[in-house]
Amino acid sequence: MGNYVLALAAQKAGAKAMFGYPITPASEILETWVKLSEKDASLKYLQTEDEMAAGFSTIGACLAGVPSFTATAGPGNILMQDAFAMAEALRIPTVAMIIQRGGLSTSTVIYSQEEVRLTCFGGNGEGFRIVYSTSSPQELFDYTLKAFKVAWEYRFPTFILADGYQGKMKAKVDLGTRKPQIKASPILKQGVNLRNCYNLEEEIGAVITDYFADYDKVREKIEEYETYRLKGAKVALMAHGIVAAACKPAVDKLRKKGLKVGLFRPITLRPFPTHKAAHSLEKIKKIIVLESALGQLSELFKVEYHGFNTPLIEINKPAVGFTPEEIINIVLKHYD
Amino acid sequence: MTEPRFPKVYKTESKPHMFCPGCGHPIVLKMLGEAIDDLRIAKKTIFLVDIGCSLLAWDFYDLPTTQTHHGRTVPVAVGFKMVDPKKVVIAYVGDGGGYAIGLQHTITSCLRNNPITTIVVNNTLYAMTGGQMAPTTTEGEITTTTPSGKREKVSQTIQGPELLAQVAQPEAYLARGSTNKPLVLKQYLKKALEAQMKGHYSFVEALSACPLNWRTDAKETIKRMDELDQAFTLGEIKK
Repeated sequence: MGNYVLALAAQKAGAKAMFGYPITPASEILETWVKLSEKDASLKYLQTEDEMAAGFSTIGACLAGVPSFTATAGPGNILMQDAFAMAEALRIPTVAMIIQRGGLSTSTVIYSQEEVRLTCFGGNGEGFRIVYSTSSPQELFDYTLKAFKVAWEYRFPTFILADGYQGKMKAKVDLGTRKPQIKASPILKQGVNLRNCYNLEEEIGAVITDYFADYDKVREKIEEYETYRLKGAKVALMAHGIVAAACKPAVDKLRKKGLKVGLFRPITLRPFPTHKAAHSLEKIKKIIVLESALGQLSELFKVEYHGFNTPLIEINKPAVGFTPEEIINIVLKHYD
Repeated sequence: MTEPRFPKVYKTESKPHMFCPGCGHPIVLKMLGEAIDDLRIAKKTIFLVDIGCSLLAWDFYDLPTTQTHHGRTVPVAVGFKMVDPKKVVIAYVGDGGGYAIGLQHTITSCLRNNPITTIVVNNTLYAMTGGQMAPTTTEGEITTTTPSGKREKVSQTIQGPELLAQVAQPEAYLARGSTNKPLVLKQYLKKALEAQMKGHYSFVEALSACPLNWRTDAKETIKRMDELDQAFTLGEIKK
């Protein structure tokens, strides 16, 4: 299942420690890692007393220069923002797998896309984070490998944003033969004194400005998106994660009917694919945004694509999934 | 006149330090510095500080040091130590971080016998934020959130090392010292670091003064410290 794939991917990526606190639908990631560590003594783990401890011990291990990760969902994601805010402030390359469950609050245990805003901007800062929204079990594997590499390369906290369906889904996954590509070395070493507390407004203002410059400089290298049958399309569906997966068979069927429909799927939600992606939407007459939240994806798009005049139709189903059939009907209703 | 002698592990560029006049932190830090010097472990020691007055020590020593978040220094120490077990990892926190917002980490790290050293500086209130009640505030003590004096009927005073003795493994080291008796405190700190190096959990509470928030002059501060030495049990705490 997806959660098993995530743990396996972390091992393949070169991660050496996981700190976790059980929560549905993410618990199998920790359980799998514990099993892996029984076979491989170089893998460490700790079931912590709460999600704050999981987040902060991940930070501790990263400070020692050892690629480490955690995984959580929903209310656990809220508690871990304490640690992620510090990781953001001190440029600590934590990797976290967020297996979205329902929101608000405790909610349901299996699915929503309600943790987009929290995962992208959960701290009292500017969202200097990297967030990959995966869409299939294979991508859980591929983007976990990438997440560790990118986190240590650019030193921003990095997230795999999936959901309970992806976590529990079964499918064949190609584990490949790639070797770990992380370049990790100790962060807290001789001569290093770090703080995230400042005396003057100007001091912290300068830190944030520097981080923004760093983020802005590399964002184009990080940004990722996927287009599916978008060439020659009049209407573009926009969706991320598993909703994007449901869009693909819908697009195929609509194309068969002769409708010019394609899919634009942001893969990185932070940084949102802007610079490279804009051209693929230039000739589109109408964009239909579909998401299992109340505008969390379209909000990201509207901020980044300010001044983009293509009509936008927002189909929001907060905490509720989409079927391809439903998507076909939505397109038929809004096509003209 | 001879120059005052400071521990070798001090970072000279950051002196004079940033603590208030009369504060007990510099006494604890000096004793810890001497303990690190005596044990010759500066090259393998990692120093982690909390939010609160402890954060003023973020560049106190010539040691790899980071400040964390309030109450979260212990889990950072646990994570670091787990992947780099040859290091000596110290979590330096206040009584708010150790006994209120981070109490679950204090208890659980002891329960698991994590080989780290936690030092809790107990000045019986929240100093950095202006003198509010802490779990360590004593009977009748006036703070900004107990303006008529704290009543133990409302909340008992926490006894940290005694509480930990209930869950500690036999080899763990627990002690309470006082800045009133710095050389004894230093012995406790040394033993705590040695316990960690033998692979065990260690914990030292240090009773400390905060004249600024206690609103005490030198004479009153000394009197109050003597009272604290009576209100809390000094010594090594056995299971």
